[in-house]
Amino acid sequence: MTDITTSAPAAPSVDDYLDPLAVPALKPGAMKDLHSFEANADHQEKLGFPGGLIDDWHDVAIDKMGDLLTKYRGFRVYLDSCVKCGACTDKCHYFMGTGDPKNMPVARQDLLRSVYRRYFTTAGKYVPKLVGARDLTEDVLGEWYNYFHQCSQCRRCSVYCPYGIDTAEISMAAREIMDTVGKGQKYCNEIIGKVYDVGNNLGFPTKALKATLESFEEDLEEETGLDIKIPLDQKGADILLVTPSADFVAEPHIDGFLGYAKVFHAAGASWTVSSVASEAANFGMFIGSYENMRKVSMRIRQAALELGVKRIVFGECGHAWRVAYSFLNTLAGPFDFLDPRYPVPMHICEYTWDLIEKGELKFDKSRNDEYRLTYHDSCNVARATRMGDTPGGQFEIPRNILKATCNHFFDMADDTIKEATVCCGGGGGLLTDDLMDLRVKGASPRMTALQNVRKEHGVTHMAAICAICKSQFSKVMPKYDFEMDNILSVHQLVSNAILLEGAKDPEDDDDDDDDWIPPTPPPRPPRGSAA
Amino acid sequence: MLTTIYAILFYVATLTIVGGVLVRIKQYWSTPAPLVIPTTPAPTTKRGVWFRMFKEVALFESLFKSNKWIWVFGMLFHAGLALVLLRHFRYFTDTTALIWTWVNWIQPFGMYAGFAMVIGLVGLFLRRVFVPRVRYISAPSDYLMLILIFFIGFSGLMMKFVSHTDIVGVKQFFLGLMYFDWQPLPTDLPILVHLGLVATLMIIFPFSKLLHAPGVFFSPSRNMVDNPREKRHISTWAAELEK
Repeated sequence: MTDITTSAPAAPSVDDYLDPLAVPALKPGAMKDLHSFEANADHQEKLGFPGGLIDDWHDVAIDKMGDLLTKYRGFRVYLDSCVKCGACTDKCHYFMGTGDPKNMPVARQDLLRSVYRRYFTTAGKYVPKLVGARDLTEDVLGEWYNYFHQCSQCRRCSVYCPYGIDTAEISMAAREIMDTVGKGQKYCNEIIGKVYDVGNNLGFPTKALKATLESFEEDLEEETGLDIKIPLDQKGADILLVTPSADFVAEPHIDGFLGYAKVFHAAGASWTVSSVASEAANFGMFIGSYENMRKVSMRIRQAALELGVKRIVFGECGHAWRVAYSFLNTLAGPFDFLDPRYPVPMHICEYTWDLIEKGELKFDKSRNDEYRLTYHDSCNVARATRMGDTPGGQFEIPRNILKATCNHFFDMADDTIKEATVCCGGGGGLLTDDLMDLRVKGASPRMTALQNVRKEHGVTHMAAICAICKSQFSKVMPKYDFEMDNILSVHQLVSNAILLEGAKDPEDDDDDDDDWIPPTPPPRPPRGSAA
Repeated sequence: MLTTIYAILFYVATLTIVGGVLVRIKQYWSTPAPLVIPTTPAPTTKRGVWFRMFKEVALFESLFKSNKWIWVFGMLFHAGLALVLLRHFRYFTDTTALIWTWVNWIQPFGMYAGFAMVIGLVGLFLRRVFVPRVRYISAPSDYLMLILIFFIGFSGLMMKFVSHTDIVGVKQFFLGLMYFDWQPLPTDLPILVHLGLVATLMIIFPFSKLLHAPGVFFSPSRNMVDNPREKRHISTWAAELEK
């Protein structure tokens, strides 16, 4: 693990900077015993999977693999095409954090590729040893379970592969095969079950949701003196906001949610939250189940139809934006009943940035002067989606919003952001306490990059647009000499800085003058002493 | 006798590589990609995808981002191989015909490309042996493949620079194969080794990782257009679920 300096930093010198992408020595077997909790019969059956490992699991698993080979071109091409060049071997944050060679993307794929070769290729059938093919045994299945639940499906490896081989696709297929034989993961499958039962990942019932949203309205009124509405199930609203349920219950998510409400208020928009689609997340993707992903997505179509909205906007959530941007039209479309002038769906950052560009939002950036900010590109947003009209908009739009609302913004090292971003360490269905060891280690490249900008620019906080990233960072940042509240929502900064017409000033003594000059940046805060 | 064996060997090898690769391509072609999964930022138009694919196939763009050593050795090998293959057209064509004049023109380049190819292979082999991460992921076939291609290149260079073979005879042998009018194959050892290894490689091709050559064109993370909001993408089997 990275050495964490606890004394207050002197002027930064080269020695202070650790390489966030340092390649560790191989530690074979380091993570082999990390076994996240398995789903019980109840979790499994709700999703249409067998309740426990079935007797003929071997044959069913091979049949399922054969089925996936005919359904997913990527799966087949990726299994055939790897030449073991080694380009991906040092690209996975879990490998960087653990040194376990089976966390190298190609080695992770090979856990499954070896079985594919044995049962589906000529060479593997006749000369298995020569081509690294092996039988599917109970040990192999156990290895699949452990290591395919050490992949956050972040696609970083696919950026660097000369054939674009995406380990996420292999790990989704592996999880689908395991679910099919009754060996599912508790965290993902239990959560999907909650979505079916209650409508969201947290199992937050409509009544509680209503009460929460009302309390948010009260908070907003207290803060601004304005009557800012957060409508629930409002028929005939223009915009349906679909947001991760974490936005209703935890910090810093809530502050981001209040930011959306203020933006909608400032724009004079008619919008609503839905109790049917009270969750943007779609863990069906993590388990590679098209059917479950589709079923979860159909709630959004249903809510949009029932409420008669014209547009769908998604809140800050990384994998949800992937399912929304890349898959929703496929899974739950066509959305020809919505207003064709707007993309379906839209990201809240696209929505906000559009208003900023039109000059419809006004900010007092100095209200964010206590923050020296950097931005974490969430993996799914960065490498599996887009925002705006041009490729790369997913990098620029959130940064543009931050720069419009904050005075002090600094990017982390180039090889750790944008398409090269390193995962938070908790994505892909790994955000569970039983995988905490992995989560802490997997966060180390990102945390090292963050420590470097802290040394270089005095960065104090990091903003993100993903519920999983935010939850993960709140948990692991304290292990890396940060505070748990050093992670912020992008719309939290919007919320702080936005000037609403008729609102009372948050600081009574603040002079709200147009040619107000921001104070000099605060001195670099001392480190460690506050811990 | 040797002529017959090599003639049959090359017919079998040709059928295997062409047939085998066509079967795989058909398989890739007919398997749907049910979801839009380009690695982003990705082109938003078909033309953009062609450009991305060109950069990937001709310049190894992703590999360049990833690892400069693998890129250098990989490039030396593949670019060398491409030129060497083009140079070998002289054994199959009438180079006095106008459309084949480029074959004459390319000869000197192809000759030195042979060295680039072999150097690239040695570099890749050394990485496989000495970089622990790459050694970890290597199966016996990964080493053997490099050794096989190395000896193809090495035997070829030997014939060019050390022990010449009767290349006119070789050309007549191959033209004979093509027109089903067999001509005797020169029987010196280097050419027999060279041709034997080439035929082996051709037979192995469709059953090995060499499928990366057709595979890259079918990789959904590289060949899909980033337009899921604008255009609904639905595969046949997924459409069935909507009924």
